Amino acid sequence: MNLTLKVWRQKNAQTSGKFVTYKAESISEDMSFLEMLDVVNESLTKKGEEPIYFDHDCREGICGMCSLYINGRPHGPKRAITTCQLHMRSFKDGETITIEPWRAAAFPVLKDLAVDRSAFDRIQQAGGYVSINTGGVPDANEIAIPKVIADEAFNSATCIGCGACVAACKNASAMLFVSAKVSQLGMLPQGQPERWSRVQSMVAQMDEEGFGNCTNTGACEAECPKEISLTNIGRMNNDFFNAKLFKEEGVHDHAQ
Amino acid sequence: MSEFKQTFNSSLGKKLIMALTGLFLCTFLIVHLSGNLALFKHDNGQAFNAYANFMTHFPPIRVVSYLLYLSILVHTIYAIVLTVKNRKARPVGYASATKSPTSWSSKNMGLLGSILFLFIVIHMKDFWFKYHQDDFTGKSTHVIPFKEYKTDLVTGEQLSARDLPPGDYHYAVFTEGSVETMVAKDLNQTVEIAFKQWWYVAFYVIALGALSFHLLHGFQSAFHTVGWVHRKYKPIIYFIGTWLFAVIIPLGFAAMPVVYFFCR
Repeated sequence: MNLTLKVWRQKNAQTSGKFVTYKAESISEDMSFLEMLDVVNESLTKKGEEPIYFDHDCREGICGMCSLYINGRPHGPKRAITTCQLHMRSFKDGETITIEPWRAAAFPVLKDLAVDRSAFDRIQQAGGYVSINTGGVPDANEIAIPKVIADEAFNSATCIGCGACVAACKNASAMLFVSAKVSQLGMLPQGQPERWSRVQSMVAQMDEEGFGNCTNTGACEAECPKEISLTNIGRMNNDFFNAKLFKEEGVHDHAQ
Repeated sequence: MSEFKQTFNSSLGKKLIMALTGLFLCTFLIVHLSGNLALFKHDNGQAFNAYANFMTHFPPIRVVSYLLYLSILVHTIYAIVLTVKNRKARPVGYASATKSPTSWSSKNMGLLGSILFLFIVIHMKDFWFKYHQDDFTGKSTHVIPFKEYKTDLVTGEQLSARDLPPGDYHYAVFTEGSVETMVAKDLNQTVEIAFKQWWYVAFYVIALGALSFHLLHGFQSAFHTVGWVHRKYKPIIYFIGTWLFAVIIPLGFAAMPVVYFFCR
């Protein structure tokens, strides 16, 4: 396959970037999108040019490191996969592919296609944990959890924090991410002690990071590589208003 | 106090205000439509004029109406505040147009809302303000003339409907024998005149189309925002949002100018 790439190049966070066009030649359709970029980078390196900088790590769709806004969609045209799982057979020979970084004030561009997603880490640190006492190992299945609840909590827990929800949202809102993290712990018995302070702390941090607001458009749900459902946002809203209006706990009133 | 302030200043709190004011406006639409169905009666506007008087003079409804005006303003102001915040959240946009599969209405709530706000301003200026203008100016000459209806209480038949000459009148209903006389501001005539202009009718139909799409997303989205997403209730909310608020109500309202333009 021969392709034309329009790639966002930006030296660092301080400089403004621009699109640069590259040719990607003799690309196998069995390559992943990232492998295609590796090939392009190899030729750039050989020519003595700066290779295209992009985030990647496990390359099997579980780490949440890869990103890329490809032809108007985060992680490319396919549903429920990350960019590293996207194969070049999803594109046509001779096609022009536009590749952009995630765009959000809370995700500043570090270089080229890589953005700083540490805002997600700070939200997670604000309340995305459970407190457990040390001691003897509890028996397995000591705490009974209804199957529907366990399944739903597990579905929410599959979020890999890649930021595609923010990238897809017309408001650059992080609510799908935050709600998945709130849900995965808030639904389970182990997450109850911090339940009402957690949702307040994480939402407060989300607001502080400068993410937008939710319009319930559903682009996040459609683009999430792990198919996190929009229901999580409703659940987070419910917990948030419940906590704010009817519970004793305030922000950061975590269990002792 | 500061904790409540914090709650309603948060991103979710602002959306809660949008959702609650929006849902309140939705309930108002049901009342407004059911009352305005009197326009379809062939009684020279008697039922409609009686209804207009009731809505503007019955104290509990007056209280609710001020809540309604407040809701419209709050809904609009918060929409602007949220939109500005959302724009700030993405200072550099994408070069390629988004291809994420989403509904058109959910992406254009601001545009649809702006059309509706413009519509509400014009609608209130032409009907609400004209109706209330005498109260504001305190003049005895009325902007909207009065009409006198005589009804036979035995048969329920309307005996006469007479335009009253300019003068100082007040709403009144009295009975002499079996004949009931009603004197009321003839808002129905204002409606008739307005709905005889084709561009006015066209504007109403467009605005109600915008209402349909605004509520198609807005009604169910409001429930999502307040956190009512239980799988047992979600289909009911979607059904009501689609059929009642996005189809029946806009069609019912749109039928009024269209029927008056072509049939009266």
